[in-house]
Amino acid sequence: MFEVLSNETLAPNLHRMVVRAPRIATARRPGQFVIVRADRGEERIPLTIGDADPAEGTITLFVQAIGASTRRIVSTPAGGSLRDVAGPLGQPTHIEQFGRVACVGGGVGTAVLYPLAKALAAAGNEVTSIIGGRSSQYIILADELAALSHELLVTTEDGTRGRKGFVTAALADLMADPERAPRLVLAVGPVPMMRAVAELTRPHGIQTLVSLNPIMIDGTGMCGGCRVVVGGESKFACVDGPEFDGHRVDYASLMDRLTTYREFEDAARCAADECRLGEVANG
Amino acid sequence: MANDLAMKERLAIPRVHMPELDATERSRNFAEVNRGLEMTDAVREAQRCIQCKHRPCVDGCPVGVSIPEVLDALAAEDLPLAARILRGDNALPAVCGRVCPQETQCEAKCVRGVKGDAVAIGYLERFVADWAMANPDRLGQADRPAASDRTVAVVGAGPAGLTAAGELARAGHRVTVFEALHDTGGVLRYGIPEFRLPKEIIDSEVEQLAALGVAIDCNVIIGKTLTLDQLRAEFDAVFIANGAGLPMMLDLKGENLKGVYSANELLTRVNLMEAGRNPAATTPVIAGKSVAVIGGGNTAMDCVRTARRLGAQRAMIVYRRSEAEMPARVEEIKHAKEEGVEFVMLTAPLEIIGNESGWVAALRCRRMELGPPDDSGRRKPVPVEGSEFDLPADVVVNAIGTRANPLLTATAPDLDLNTWGNIVVDDAGATSLPGVFAGGDMVRGGATVILAMGDGKRAAAAINRALAG
Ligand SMILES: Cc1cc2nc3c(=O)[nH]c(=O)nc-3n(C[C@H](O)[C@H](O)[C@H](O)COP(=O)(O)OP(=O)(O)OC[C@H]3O[C@@H](n4cnc5c(N)ncnc54)[C@H](O)[C@@H]3O)c2cc1C
Ligand code: FES
Repeated sequence: MFEVLSNETLAPNLHRMVVRAPRIATARRPGQFVIVRADRGEERIPLTIGDADPAEGTITLFVQAIGASTRRIVSTPAGGSLRDVAGPLGQPTHIEQFGRVACVGGGVGTAVLYPLAKALAAAGNEVTSIIGGRSSQYIILADELAALSHELLVTTEDGTRGRKGFVTAALADLMADPERAPRLVLAVGPVPMMRAVAELTRPHGIQTLVSLNPIMIDGTGMCGGCRVVVGGESKFACVDGPEFDGHRVDYASLMDRLTTYREFEDAARCAADECRLGEVANG
Repeated sequence: MANDLAMKERLAIPRVHMPELDATERSRNFAEVNRGLEMTDAVREAQRCIQCKHRPCVDGCPVGVSIPEVLDALAAEDLPLAARILRGDNALPAVCGRVCPQETQCEAKCVRGVKGDAVAIGYLERFVADWAMANPDRLGQADRPAASDRTVAVVGAGPAGLTAAGELARAGHRVTVFEALHDTGGVLRYGIPEFRLPKEIIDSEVEQLAALGVAIDCNVIIGKTLTLDQLRAEFDAVFIANGAGLPMMLDLKGENLKGVYSANELLTRVNLMEAGRNPAATTPVIAGKSVAVIGGGNTAMDCVRTARRLGAQRAMIVYRRSEAEMPARVEEIKHAKEEGVEFVMLTAPLEIIGNESGWVAALRCRRMELGPPDDSGRRKPVPVEGSEFDLPADVVVNAIGTRANPLLTATAPDLDLNTWGNIVVDDAGATSLPGVFAGGDMVRGGATVILAMGDGKRAAAAINRALAG
């Protein structure tokens, strides 16, 4: 059992949870993830380790409630516990001094990005963070990223915060400015966003890393369900990734595979909504 | 009652039949197919054993169970004695009685099989083990040796790891089993389906280990959560039994279409995560209407029979050799056929064809014919030119095999591996690192439960010697 020490809502359906997991807190490197199962019968959910405090023996998780099992995770209050937390899994991000680095995050991807930006800044890089979301309420970790970034750029689709539009526009401007152009771009977010970033940097030959989120079960290379096509080859995102060369990823295949269980997810959502309707009716 | 039948009487008894669930009914549910023998039938079957002096069956058993003694006690209806002997020799008899390929091991050597049917040793092993599980109070207390202050770490809670843990705990050592998944059993839990091996059997075996004082630490991935070096620093000895869990890819066009599963993924979803068999489970599984499973081993049979139970109207085995070459247990092949599984033999997959929305639509295949024998001694399949055809399928399962998972070994550069990534050990199970032993599929590649257990037993004996010295 893994005790939940705190659980706060950062954005609609997005929670920050601090969980006691001393061995993982010690072993973890930025870029790695854990597999969490709130309770018996629940799915195994991969979650990026957003931060870790080895002295306290805790890890921080950013959890977006989208399906039944993620909802069970975020509904675990402080003082409660998660049944299974396994990790750290995946390859750590390769951190060195690259010089100027742009960290681009979309939606909840910003949570995955945050530990990488933090590690890159700590390694002496000049980090520009570009984060975007649908509207201001979906912008997360802006203060945390501002504190470690040379510059923080915010975009929203509806213009309610920062620049109106997509993160790619802000990145394009950055690349066009010889004083600010990055040597390395890290992009984490919805697949179309990562693809757009990769297409933007490709003609300029700027190294671009993306963090992929395929469907996983074990997270240890045992099932192959997480396979993604990179440079024409099948890779297991849980052991070879989750980060890959953004210019070599087959995004279309990834996006398609992510829809495998859509019917089940829709059915589960319907069922949950009916439950909630029931609660309202009873309450 | 003593087992003192005359030879003629023994020879006159026909081999017992295993009661089974009706094939049509069972192909729609996950209940165990083999129901187990009744006491009178089991005793009678045990009496078929002629107690021959040279005991060939024992040589056929990879862990050398004292089969004639167990059968003699059973034939005399002394079940506590039969159970004590069996359990002394085999740590997981209720498992082995269900999943061992007896027809190529003990029963293949049985003298009675020369002119007629071998004694049904596997059924009887299961019978005695199930009796023991149901009657723990009648077994008598096993002697617990004095507790030692030595500690042993076991990596992996599959049959090799569990067997070693039991042996080491019985020797008084303090044992901790580290398991990567959230539950124990290894392939017994996530691979072999409920209809062949009910999961409560694994639970019961693991409870017995816990009662012996074995600590089971799930969700710990050695090589990730803790390193082998950390284990070596913290424990007096380490036994590595992390299996061969990495699926081999088909390397066919279309492998990443939706509806293509590795055997491990399909089986893990259904067995470990209970998809499609427990309405309360939240993990989904794609239940195909027409499912093609590529491969001819036990894993392929488990996948195809699982697909049938998930509702497939057509469930097919696609195998490039002929049925005679199939490595699966004969009972699995028989059960699969009874359940309506189609066997598409001498057929090799060429490509997986998708539809416009990215789902599997068909498996493109080519006919094969058997040529001269290859290195394995089996006749090598060669393609028949111009014989391509499409098998309509909405789910394709790759059950061609697994390899060693490098997760642990990648972080232990001093550990000697062979070219396939398996850990190299000596006859006692010792690796190139002092105090580190290994066994099971991690050493052998995909093998069998009983060989894995034999490795666990042998390594535990070597560890006991090392810790005593
Ligand atoms: C579907 C299927 C059906 C089969 N049917 C039969 C049959 O009928 N009869 C038969 O005899 N054999 C059968 N086999 C083969 C048999 O199951 C295996 O040979 C046997 O389970 C191997 O045992 P093991 O203990 O070496 O490994 P496993 O059973 O694979 O157990 C290894 C354990 O280690 C864990 N692990 C892996 N890496 C780590 C790590 N880094 N840290 C911690 N833990 C880790 C795994 O999660 C797993 O629990 C079958 C195999 C499959 C896949
Ligand atoms: S999640 Fe199973 S292999 Fe990656």
